[in-house]
Amino acid sequence: MNINFTMFAQAISFAVFIWFTARFVWPPLMKAVEERQKKIADGLAAADKGQQELVQAQGRAQEVLNGAKQQSQDLLANAQKRVDEMIEQAKASARQEGERQLAAAHAGIEQEIQQARETLRGQVATLALAGAEQILMREVDLEKHREVLDKLGARL
Amino acid sequence: MAAEHAEFALTPTGYIQHHLTFLAKHGDTPFWTLHVDTYVTSLLLGVVSFGFLAWVVSGATAGVPSRRQAFVELAIDFVNEQAKSIFHGDIRFLAPLALTVFVWVLMMNAMDFLPVDIMAYVYEHALGFEHWRSVPTADVNTTFALALSVWLLMIFFSFKAKGVGGFFHELFCAPFGNNPFLWVFNFLFNMVEYISKPLSHSLRLYGNIYAGEIIFLLLGLWASTGAAGTFFGAILSVAWAIFHILIVALQAFIFMMLTIVYIAMAHESH
Repeated sequence: MNINFTMFAQAISFAVFIWFTARFVWPPLMKAVEERQKKIADGLAAADKGQQELVQAQGRAQEVLNGAKQQSQDLLANAQKRVDEMIEQAKASARQEGERQLAAAHAGIEQEIQQARETLRGQVATLALAGAEQILMREVDLEKHREVLDKLGARL
Repeated sequence: MAAEHAEFALTPTGYIQHHLTFLAKHGDTPFWTLHVDTYVTSLLLGVVSFGFLAWVVSGATAGVPSRRQAFVELAIDFVNEQAKSIFHGDIRFLAPLALTVFVWVLMMNAMDFLPVDIMAYVYEHALGFEHWRSVPTADVNTTFALALSVWLLMIFFSFKAKGVGGFFHELFCAPFGNNPFLWVFNFLFNMVEYISKPLSHSLRLYGNIYAGEIIFLLLGLWASTGAAGTFFGAILSVAWAIFHILIVALQAFIFMMLTIVYIAMAHESH
């Protein structure tokens, strides 16, 4: 326990070592450590941002998907409607065509009946005239009796 | 030399005294004595330790650290955390101070692990020193040098934080109050604190390490009882060395913590 000059020598060494540490050891390492901390913090922030962006992108993708679904449904519905309309149209035109053909057939038949009637009328007149000739046993003047014959024919 | 050897006769007392004698360079008066062993050992340890730290730090990268850098960062981060948790202010000086104290004291304490008798043989026959005490912290000069330096820094920080008026106000008006009747008691109380701080700070470290060294020497004395005693003493020395690892690290840590606490207390005003 003898205090002597050694103490002062040691104190000077101590002071020099403190200065050395504070000057050459502490600041460079702290700088490196702080830089790394900043890097890590930045990395974490970037990861967070990426996560958020991912969530947003997923939301957007879902929206697009929903829109596409809606659109396809609309398209399908339109097409269905269109098909229905076309079927209706086709049915309607087919019905019209049928009716038209039916009417034409009716008209043809009517015309033929008329023609047959006309022919018959002429033949009836001729036949009646021949009959009358037979009955009267003489020549009937066709020109004189034309009016009577026509009236007869019209009644048929 | 023969006369000097006679001073340390082969008795238990002579053996221990031989180990506890400094390699002293005497001056004109007893005060100018320099313990060359203490001084040179501590200087070498400091140069090696802080040189190593500076070397590692000079190649420090902010990227992925090398194993060496990670080790140094671990130590520095440990000190930094302690300083930050206790001292609320600018730690750009205090933290390096605490690191210096911790590393240097740890290295000086760790010299206690060198086997006393083998090292004495090496010092005497390889280096030619009859006496060489290799544990600088077992020299009260070292511990007082550290504690008084910290004490001066403590007073400096106290002045810096409170100003001259604040310092003297606190000296007379804290902790009991600023009634003039209490000034004397306050002052006496503060004096006790100012005196006890460096004493307990330095003597705690010195006492622990010195006692550790003495116990190694006492266990070494077993060798004088023959081969069985040597063997038994060696086993006990190993057991004590293992336990001493705890003391060496713990005392370095306590010394560093007290350094931070004293300066942090000086920085706070009452």
